[in-house]
Amino acid sequence: MDYIRDFFINFAHSWTTWISGGLPGWAVTVVNFLLGGLILVMMPVIATLALTWMERKVIGRIQNRLGPNRVGPWGIFQAIADAVKMLIKEDIIPDRADRPVFNLAPILIFVGAAMLWAVIPFGRRMIGQDLNIGALYVVAIGSITTVAVLMAGWASNNKFALIGAFRVVAQLLSYEIPMVLSIGVVVLVVGSMRMGTIVESQWVPFCLVLPVAFITYVLAAIAETGRAPFDLLEADSEIVAGYFVEYSGLKFGWFYIAEYGNLMAVSAITTTLFLGGWRGPFAGAAPVLGPLYFIIKTVLVIFVLMWIRGTLPRFRIDQMLAFAWKVLVPAALVNLLWVAAALKLPVPQAVQYAVMLVGNLAILGVTLTLLGQSAKQHAKRHGLAGA
Amino acid sequence: MVPLWYYLVLAAALFCIGAFGALARKNAVGVLMGVELMLNAVNINLVAFWRYTTAAQLTGQLFAVFVITVAAAEAAVGLALFIAIYRQRNTVNVEEFDTMKG
Amino acid sequence: MQHVMFFLFAIITLGAAIMVVTTRNLLRSALWLILVFFGIAGIFVLLNAEFLAVVQILVYVGAIATLIIFAVMLTRQVMDPKQPRFNDQARVVAGFATLLFVVLAVIVTRVAWPVAIGAAPVDAIQQLGMDFVGPYAVPFEVASVLLVVAMIGAIIIAREHE
Repeated sequence: MDYIRDFFINFAHSWTTWISGGLPGWAVTVVNFLLGGLILVMMPVIATLALTWMERKVIGRIQNRLGPNRVGPWGIFQAIADAVKMLIKEDIIPDRADRPVFNLAPILIFVGAAMLWAVIPFGRRMIGQDLNIGALYVVAIGSITTVAVLMAGWASNNKFALIGAFRVVAQLLSYEIPMVLSIGVVVLVVGSMRMGTIVESQWVPFCLVLPVAFITYVLAAIAETGRAPFDLLEADSEIVAGYFVEYSGLKFGWFYIAEYGNLMAVSAITTTLFLGGWRGPFAGAAPVLGPLYFIIKTVLVIFVLMWIRGTLPRFRIDQMLAFAWKVLVPAALVNLLWVAAALKLPVPQAVQYAVMLVGNLAILGVTLTLLGQSAKQHAKRHGLAGA
Repeated sequence: MVPLWYYLVLAAALFCIGAFGALARKNAVGVLMGVELMLNAVNINLVAFWRYTTAAQLTGQLFAVFVITVAAAEAAVGLALFIAIYRQRNTVNVEEFDTMKG
Repeated sequence: MQHVMFFLFAIITLGAAIMVVTTRNLLRSALWLILVFFGIAGIFVLLNAEFLAVVQILVYVGAIATLIIFAVMLTRQVMDPKQPRFNDQARVVAGFATLLFVVLAVIVTRVAWPVAIGAAPVDAIQQLGMDFVGPYAVPFEVASVLLVVAMIGAIIIAREHE
């Protein structure tokens, strides 16, 4: 029973004991590190297989369709069929493409997606590497994606691809700022950038204490992963597919995997930072429940993101940048200031949290009121009905 | 641990490569890349000296952060200048920036 | 182990740096520059400056390199293969750079540096934060003013005039 209670950690211990029977100490370390690395690298692939099916089903329901239903029961093997199709497609490289850069971009974008998983805590003591700079690491790895996208867009030697890449850079750089500011709020409250510590110190999920930071982070994360309504870097109906328009076969597959890997990673990070990670009822007594709670919360966040994608129309590029700079950044900045001030109050932590919550709700109210007013003015100026 | 002079030689080599780039490149963006290399070489030195002499105080790291800040500001202004010049003169070749020639 | 890692990162950094200054295609040279930044981040990790390593990637790769790539793309003719890479002083400069390297290398290997290897602080990040708002508050504020000024300046300079 005790073994089951902390199954994953105990299983890892038995595994280590088992292989150290026949191997020297250094080989055990190497094997364990390789295995850990393999699991982390597999995460984006698993995410793709699971999430493409889920996304099609969810979007299908939202659009009043059935979604995939031919391959296997409820179409669950659709993703595998797609993978096979992708593998046997011809790999085309445009004639005047910059070949080394063209080939490197898909690899790099996948590396970015895989490396994110190193600092995500799946459960108590279940983390690739609990870096003391975990939260900052997450942001830094995001910049690899930017570079990979620029490389892909430029190397394809295609105007649509280049426009897509320009849009990506404008979008990613703009939304990185509210994202960092909202992560900064969490780091400020916790007093540590370790992902493990951030989860441990959430006796109440931070989304209930810092709703502004939570909402800002989720919006910025949607923009960072380039999903609707912020998907104008791909914008199938405007610039065909943006930066990966020239890619086919498995190279396109890498972009696809990176996209879903990133989607799952940002949902997992949202869960870690704002939803209490692996914490939940009885998770302290039976740590085996931790990963379960973690996955449930992550899938919930992913579902909300899919819901948003299925419901809202796409932004225009100027609207999108204006939204980042004129709405999210000021709100996140005010929030940071308020939280920093609240942390200095000489009262117990629960009271501090209450003060933060009040300030957050006020910021949220003011922001929404201002947004509503400007929408009304806009509608009046352009003679539109409603608003 | 690796001896300190390894890092210093590395930084010296990087600085010289950067200096070569900054002085020999014809293209303004290339010059800027050379300058960035030189700044990075300085950072390696700062951090290496911090680690090998006064590891308890973080002065070296602090200075490196300031260097990075200055590098970011410099890159932003420099690249804005190049774009403005390119618009006017249709070139970013440093040898053709000669309107102030007496 | 440390030696192996050091030489690995040093070779990556220096090799990529040489490619940065010699590659004809400026966009490729910007990509090599990114590799240099990663190599230096690795060096920082070896020196127990993890925070700085991440900041290096965040600022240099995420912002500066992206800016440079942008500038390369906006000033298209830089990718023209017929453009000469170097100006006519290149040989002299190469000679002087090599000379400078030899002199520097001789000096740094000769001098007996007062090395005192202590343990790196465990709470380096907290200490760094305290230092920025404590003894280094004024430089920190000045740096932020510098960044704002640079930002405004860059916008004004690069803006298209009607």
